[in-house]
Amino acid sequence: MKPVKQTPLASARGLGSARTGSRHWWLQRVSALALAPLTIWFVVSFTVLIHNNYQAYSQWIASPLNAVLTITLVIILFFHMSLGLQVIIEDYLHTNRIKLLSVVAVQFACFVFAIAGIVSILQMIT
Amino acid sequence: MTHDRPLSPNIQIYRPQLTSVLSVTHRLTGVALSFGSLLIVAWLIAGAAGPTAYHELLGFMRSWIGLFLLFVWTFSIFFHLCNGLRHLFWDAGLGFDLRTIYASGWSVIAASGILTVSLWMVGLLLTAGKS
Repeated sequence: MKPVKQTPLASARGLGSARTGSRHWWLQRVSALALAPLTIWFVVSFTVLIHNNYQAYSQWIASPLNAVLTITLVIILFFHMSLGLQVIIEDYLHTNRIKLLSVVAVQFACFVFAIAGIVSILQMIT
Repeated sequence: MTHDRPLSPNIQIYRPQLTSVLSVTHRLTGVALSFGSLLIVAWLIAGAAGPTAYHELLGFMRSWIGLFLLFVWTFSIFFHLCNGLRHLFWDAGLGFDLRTIYASGWSVIAASGILTVSLWMVGLLLTAGKS
């Protein structure tokens, strides 16, 4: 960054407030808590399903409970993933522009992947 | 802003401890799980695409590279889950003394190992049941 005629305090203030930090922290914990039971349920279901055929999968996902839980998992998983990757990017990338672009790119990707998953599930149950 | 001040901890001379190793592993497994979640989406898309695509994906999972990735994935899931719960207890202000931190750390390693092996035993039994 170019040297600017600013006091350290003024430049620190220019970096913005930390007010939204606690919200990010809190949402990461809440989504983690939700993912704990969902993950156990999914891992067991997935293990059984990949040892079976397509028929088994289409019957499984056709059950409203499984469809609802899988959609819930996809939403919370990609939400938690975007929060976590954001922290990692912010910790290790030090160029502001690349940092911002990476965070936005990851969030877009998470959004698109989550929707792709949900649409694929909806296609199976309609 | 860039400064030439030394960074702390200085990674090159820093002796690894259980606490720091597990912390780094939590992040690494988090990144690994990000790729794993792409597998979930690929699986869901293959399901929507139909039996041919679905069975092709299952075939890939049964290849050596597929099995290896699944193994890393399942271990990452269980590690991140167990160590994540450990973090949630810390966030609640529990288990913060050094003895408990080390005990819970080793428990996380043991639990994620046992859970991974158990899940693969179930998988092997299911495979054996099919043939």
